[in-house]
Amino acid sequence: MSRRMTMIEAINDALDVTMGRDPAVVIMGEDVGYFGGVFRATAGLQKKYGKTRVFDTPISECGIIGVAVGMGAYGLRPVPEIQFADYIYPGLDQLVSEAARLRYRSAGEFIAPLTVRSPFGGGIFGGQTHSQSPEALFTHVAGLKTVIPSNPHDAKGLLIAAIEDNDPVIFFEPKRIYNGPFTGAYDRPVEPWNKHADSEVPEGYYTVPLGKARVVREGEAVTVLAYGTMVHVAHAVCLDKGVDAEVIDLRTLVPLDIETIRASVRKTGRCMIVHEATRTGGFGAELSALVQEHCFYDLEVPIERVTGFDTPYPHSLEWAYFPGAVRIGEALDRISKD
Amino acid sequence: MAKSARPRAANPRSSAPKPAAVAASVPDVSAALSSPVEDDATFALRSLQQAHANNKRYDASDAELLKFYEQMVLIRRFEEKAGQLYGLGLIGGFCHLYIGQEAVAVGLQSALNEGHDSVITGYRDHGHMLAYGIDPKVIMAELTGRGAGISRGKGGSMHMFSTEHKFYGGHGIVGAQVSLGAGLAFAHKYREDGGVCMAYFGDGAANQGQVYETFNMAALWKLPIVFVVENNGYAMGTAVKRGSAETHFYRRGTAFRIPGMPVNGMDVLEVRQAAEVALEYVRGGNGPVLMELNTYRYRGHSMSDPAKYRSREEVQEMRDKHDPIEGAKQELLKRGVSEDAIKDIDKKIRQQVAQAADFAESSPEPDMAELYTDVLVETY
Ligand SMILES: Cc1ncc(C[n+]2csc(CCOP(=O)(O)OP(=O)(O)O)c2C)c(N)n1
Ligand SMILES: [Mg+2]
Repeated sequence: MSRRMTMIEAINDALDVTMGRDPAVVIMGEDVGYFGGVFRATAGLQKKYGKTRVFDTPISECGIIGVAVGMGAYGLRPVPEIQFADYIYPGLDQLVSEAARLRYRSAGEFIAPLTVRSPFGGGIFGGQTHSQSPEALFTHVAGLKTVIPSNPHDAKGLLIAAIEDNDPVIFFEPKRIYNGPFTGAYDRPVEPWNKHADSEVPEGYYTVPLGKARVVREGEAVTVLAYGTMVHVAHAVCLDKGVDAEVIDLRTLVPLDIETIRASVRKTGRCMIVHEATRTGGFGAELSALVQEHCFYDLEVPIERVTGFDTPYPHSLEWAYFPGAVRIGEALDRISKD
Repeated sequence: MAKSARPRAANPRSSAPKPAAVAASVPDVSAALSSPVEDDATFALRSLQQAHANNKRYDASDAELLKFYEQMVLIRRFEEKAGQLYGLGLIGGFCHLYIGQEAVAVGLQSALNEGHDSVITGYRDHGHMLAYGIDPKVIMAELTGRGAGISRGKGGSMHMFSTEHKFYGGHGIVGAQVSLGAGLAFAHKYREDGGVCMAYFGDGAANQGQVYETFNMAALWKLPIVFVVENNGYAMGTAVKRGSAETHFYRRGTAFRIPGMPVNGMDVLEVRQAAEVALEYVRGGNGPVLMELNTYRYRGHSMSDPAKYRSREEVQEMRDKHDPIEGAKQELLKRGVSEDAIKDIDKKIRQQVAQAADFAESSPEPDMAELYTDVLVETY
């Protein structure tokens, strides 16, 4: 049995399923309880599971994450929500110095099995404090896992897997595609999820394992590596331009499915990496290095990276900043040349 | 006891404050020693509150009150217009209106020396800018993201600045501006320019840890700063009592020996008088004051707010019975200021706001090159 869901509904369903299965799961965050979350991800859960399991916190990100780490060490499975990824920084110390290190410094005695959910990414006119893509800050920290779904089906399965996972997981939800996939056509109305195959979400329990990428489209000409919103944007550009691309949705950045990447680049000999985050030190840099290490002799042309500019996210000119069809198209042209 | 530890009741009208007015409440030293609760710090912590209680409302001249009225009306009409432009799609993203809270910024900042004392606040910042005399045109143009906006379209509604007016923003990250405010205050002190900083934050922001790190430093270093909690009852959808263990925010400085003052933020004259008391203390080199301004926001948190967390009646009650603009208007009429004089102001403000909106709609978008400027000192 399955049913069509939006990404928000799928996330809500994942939380519901895990809460129903495991009494150790608790949800906390700003306006997640009574109000059901600013994006409605936790709607109805407080009513169903009560205020001890789904509760509002003050605006105290450092405290929220720190408390969640302690809860995790004592056997709970907290799922704190940080309302926007842009607000995660006050909690960074607790994530980096505590959550990520607890297992290591206690030689496996204590763990921090929290899953920090947080909407991220741009495309919503949020400006610099509601649009950031800070995933590379977290992939750089040993001891954290970083997961980014791109559709309702994966969002549910990955979130359940993340909550069950015994390590701290940063679960970034691309907010631009909460209610419909986004191909970069910002001047057209949002296409709803129910027209998209990946909105078919199985009922009840299932997982999408962490560390397993998905080949969204098979192709021979070029390998496109993307995650989150950019999977849809890059895929659409490839279709528009008639490029026989192999589009890979990474789904988790750490742990990374290097096997799938390697197999694809060996086949195509060309690799384009697309992310919304700023370029310098972005996750694309890591991907580029890995592809080079693993596939150097298979590469026919230099690896292409299409990313956000190395600037804060602007308030005006959002679509000039956003690495959309134009920049992806140009990179495809470059990489497709013999 | 060091003189500086003994704040005096402020009396704005006389240059020499009357120590006698508070002498009655000064505990004698031996009592203070034997009873730790009643020590000098306790006195200091309550004295401003008492001074304010003794003399609640500022004795404004008609001209002053008219000015306050005008500034509050400007903020309200400006915000209403911003709401309309948002509805028309001319303003995108996040936009937080100050409607209902006008008396706070106007009352407090009228006691400051614009261009000399610094002001810093969060993202609900339009009112503080207007109260500091910043041109509504460039504020509105920033909301619409135009090149002529005060941050050249880079900041938007939440991120606006003016060095000329010593307005230091405009910050989207809840609570972050509070520490910055202490830094501004430190610099005022370091440069001996006599300025103070007024640092605003919300009841929700008051739960950020960095606020308390800042309180401690500000008190430790006796920084010239007025911390202002604008308690409007809600942090997004969270009512104060659901997010705060201590809901009397003015008490939250006690652990750092920062005197607190609860103030009715819906009465511009009471706000102004409280500012007098606080500023005299701070300007006297005694360190920070924490003011809690009890106020109310009429509109949603931002433009998309289903407002399920409060009743219509609650909002209506505030609008009907406690509106700061209506209150000031009634007071003006009672004093015999003519209805026409008030109408003239209303008319003038409407024109001013209409002009700001025209400007904001007709100015061009920023140049594409602006995408890469102001990131670092060099352009690259
Ligand atoms: C660090 C951080 N956490 C969360 C948010 C999201 N957020 C924006 S405003 C707000 C509520 C703040 O309420 P309050 O401080 O009472 O100010 P008010 O909006 O009432 O003026 C929240 C949670 C944010 N911008 N920054
Ligand atoms: Mg508030």
